[in-house]
Amino acid sequence: MTETSEPLVSAPVSPGRAKFLRFLIRDAGVLLALVLITLFFSVTAPYFATPDNALKIFVQIAINTVLAAGMTFVILTGGIDLSVGSVLALCTVVGATVMIDEDLSPAVAITLALLACMATGAICGFLNGWISTRWKIPSFIVTLGMLNMAAGAARVVSDNSTITGLPQSFVDFGNLIIGGFLPSIFLVAVLVIAAGWFVLRFTVFGRMIFAVGTNDEAVRLSGHNPDFYKVAAFTISGLTAGIAAMVYLLRLNIGSPIAGVGYELNAIAAVIIGGTSLSGGKGSIIGTLVGACILQVLSTGLQLLGVGDNFKPIVIGLVIVLAVILDAYRERLLRKIR
Amino acid sequence: MDDVILSLEGVGKTFPGVVALSDVSLSIAHGETHIVLGENGAGKSTLIKLLAGIYQPDSGLIAFNGQPYQPKTPHDAQQSGIRIVHQELNLLPYLSIAENLMLENLPRRAFGIVDRKALNSRAVALLKEVGLDVDPRTRVEALGVAQMQLVEIAKALSYDSKLLVLDEPTATLTPPEIERLFSIIKRLKARGVTIIYISHRLHEVFEIGDRVTVLRNGRLVATRDLKGLAVPDLVRMMIGRDIADEYSFDDTIVPGKVALSVAGLKRDAATPAISFDVRHGEILGVAGLVGSGRTEAMRALFGADAKLDGVIEIDGKPVAITAPKDAVRHGLSLLTEDRKGQGLLLDLAVDKNITITDLGKVSRNGLINRRAEAAAANDLVGQLRVKASSIEQAVRNLSGGNQQKVVLAKWLFRGTSTLILDEPTRGVDIGARREIYQLLWMLAAQQKGIIMVSSDLPELMGMCHRIIVFSKNRIVGEVPRAEFDQERILSLAYQEYVRP
Repeated sequence: MTETSEPLVSAPVSPGRAKFLRFLIRDAGVLLALVLITLFFSVTAPYFATPDNALKIFVQIAINTVLAAGMTFVILTGGIDLSVGSVLALCTVVGATVMIDEDLSPAVAITLALLACMATGAICGFLNGWISTRWKIPSFIVTLGMLNMAAGAARVVSDNSTITGLPQSFVDFGNLIIGGFLPSIFLVAVLVIAAGWFVLRFTVFGRMIFAVGTNDEAVRLSGHNPDFYKVAAFTISGLTAGIAAMVYLLRLNIGSPIAGVGYELNAIAAVIIGGTSLSGGKGSIIGTLVGACILQVLSTGLQLLGVGDNFKPIVIGLVIVLAVILDAYRERLLRKIR
Repeated sequence: MDDVILSLEGVGKTFPGVVALSDVSLSIAHGETHIVLGENGAGKSTLIKLLAGIYQPDSGLIAFNGQPYQPKTPHDAQQSGIRIVHQELNLLPYLSIAENLMLENLPRRAFGIVDRKALNSRAVALLKEVGLDVDPRTRVEALGVAQMQLVEIAKALSYDSKLLVLDEPTATLTPPEIERLFSIIKRLKARGVTIIYISHRLHEVFEIGDRVTVLRNGRLVATRDLKGLAVPDLVRMMIGRDIADEYSFDDTIVPGKVALSVAGLKRDAATPAISFDVRHGEILGVAGLVGSGRTEAMRALFGADAKLDGVIEIDGKPVAITAPKDAVRHGLSLLTEDRKGQGLLLDLAVDKNITITDLGKVSRNGLINRRAEAAAANDLVGQLRVKASSIEQAVRNLSGGNQQKVVLAKWLFRGTSTLILDEPTRGVDIGARREIYQLLWMLAAQQKGIIMVSSDLPELMGMCHRIIVFSKNRIVGEVPRAEFDQERILSLAYQEYVRP
C-alpha cells in the first residue's frame, strides 16, 4: 500500500531456511511425533520393540488406515463422513453373503464380493454427497443419517446375524505375511494410501479437491462445479469403506452387522492427527497414514505398559485434543515464518 | 489545542507484505467532529481497528483522556469509552432492538431473569435520542440498513461513550437517510460527544466536520480546518495530484462489433429488466451507488446467481448461461467485488490460483505437468508485474493490488473475450492501480470487451468509452464519453432514490 506497491517487508527468515522450517513444522512434525512415541514405548514397554509386536501393529492399523484415506478426501473438501463405520458393517455382510454363495467358484465369489463391497460403499458415499450438496445440508447431518440407515440395512441383509464360512483361500490370503514382515492386509492399506497420495498430488482432480476445500465459491466462479468434487470425495470415502470391509473380512473372517461401531471416529482422529485441517483445503494423506500409526502405537504401547482399558481411552482422547491444539499453533507459527 | 481527548504519536502498523500505517501523529480535540479521509487502502480501517482494540500498534503511542490507551480487545476499548460503529454492522438479527442495545448489560431481576420492562423502557429512551420511532421489541432483521445504523449509534450512546467513531456510515444510505443521520450527528455534537467520522464521500463532510485529516498510503498527509477548503483541495490531498493525469485515455482504440449484449435481463419478479451491450475494444463503465443493483446484475449475467429472464448474446449468437461454468466456456470472465471471499484461493500459492481457470492447459490425461504450470504462471506474473517472493507464495500474503493482479492473471490464463470487472481497484494502492489501468488498455487494444463497475466516478470517467448508470436496480441512463460530467452522472445515480 505504498506509492511503489512493493513494500514486501523483509521476511524474518531467509527463503531457503523458511522452506526447510515450513517443511519441518507442517510435514515432518507428525512423523517426528510418531518416532518419539515409538522410541518412548520401545524403552519403557516390555515386548514393544519386538518384530512380533510390529507385525501386530501393522495388522491392526490396516482397517483404520483404509477408512481414513477416504476420509481425508472428504475432510479436505471441508466435509465430514460419520457413516463409514456402519457402511463398513453393511459392506461386510454384503461381501460375506456374496462370498459364501455355494454356486460360485471361490475365485469368482471373491471377485464378486470385492466388487459388491466397493459398489455398496460407493453408492452410500455418493448418496451422502449428493444429498448434502443437492439440498445444501451439512454433511455432518446427512452422514449421521446414513450411519443409522446403513447400520439398519446391515441388519436387514444379514437377518441380524453373523455370517461365517468364507472360502479357505480368502482366509489364507488374509493371514498371509509376505516375506515374513509384510502382512497382506497392511499391503492393501499401503496401496490405498499410495493411490490417494498419487491422486491428490499429481492429478487435476486432486488439485480441485484442495481448491474446493480452500474456497468453493471462488472455484465455482472460476467456471467449475464444486459440487461435483464434493460428491466425488464422499463417493471415494464410501469406496474406501467398501475396501476396508474387505480388509475386515480378511482379518476377522466374518461379516457382521455390528462391525465398525466407532470406526468413523478413529478414522477422523487419524486424519486430524495427521495434520489435515477440519475446515478443509489443507492436509496430506501421508499425514493420515502417520496419524493412524500414532493412534495404534499409543494404544498398543499403553496396553503393554499395563495401562488399563479404562485409562487408555483417556490418554488417546488427550492426544487427539493435543493434536488439534498443535495444529492451530502450527498455523500461527507458519504465518510468522512466511 | 489544550483540550485534547485523543492523541496519536508516531503510530505505525505493519502486516506481512504491507505497511498499513506509518508514523501517524494526530490529536483530536474534545467535542469536535473530526473527518478522516483517504482512498481505499490509505490506512483508515487500520486506524479504526487500532482504536477498537482489534489490532495493536507496532510502534508509537496513543493517549485517551491523558492516559495511555492500549486496548487489547474490543471490550477494553468500550470500557474506556471509545465506541465504534463499523461499516459492516454488528447486530444480532434474531434478537430484538432492545436486546441488541443492551446486550452487554441486560437489566436483571432476581435469579438473572431479564427485566423486560426496564429493558424496553430504556430502549425507548435511547431510540428517541437517535430519532428512531420503532417498537424496541422489533427484531433487528426486520429493519432497513439505515435503521440498523441508527440502532448501532443508539447502542454506542447507551454506554455513555466519550468518543464515537463512525466508519463510512453513509455508504449504503439514501440521501434522505443521510440528512437524518447528519442531524443526529449534529445533535450529539451539541451534547459534547467527540466524533471521528470516516468517509470517502467528499461532498458530505463539509456539512458536519470541523477538521479533516487525510491519509494516503498509510501516511498522514495533513490535518486542516475544513473551513476554507473545497472538494478539489481534498482530492489533491487524497490522491497527491490532480485527477486528470491519473488516466491516459487512449483514443486510438476504436470499439468494433458488439461483443456481448444483454437484453431484458431480469433477476426476479420484483426487479426491472435491464439491457445493455459492450463492444469489442470498448471499456463500458457501470456507475451507481453501492446497492443499486450493479453487482447483482453482473452476477446474474455471469450465471453466479439465478435469473428469471433475459437473452444474452455473444458475438451476435444467443447463449444459455445458467452457471458460471457456462459463462466461462463462452469466454466471459468475472472479477468479483469480493476479491478474498470469491476471487482467490487465499491459502494456495500464486501459480495454483492462476491455473485454476483452465487446468486442462497444463495437464495431460488428468495429470498436472508442474513444469508447464510453473512456466505459465511465471510468464503471467512477469507480464502483470505481480510482486511475490515466488509463484509458490500463498496469495494471502500479497498486498491488495498484487492479489487483484493474480485474479486478472487467472482470467488471462484462461483466455477471455469479455471481462466483467466489479470494483477492480478497490483496496488497491495507486501504483498497482495504474498498472491495472494500463493492462485494461492493453486488453481493449486486443479487441476484448471490458465492463468496469466502479464506485469511483473519476476512475470511470478517466477510463471508459461510455458509462451506464444504475439507480435502484434500473439502468437510468447512458452517457457517451463526450458528455461525461460528474454532476450529471451523480444525479442519474440518485434519480430513483430521490423520487417519492
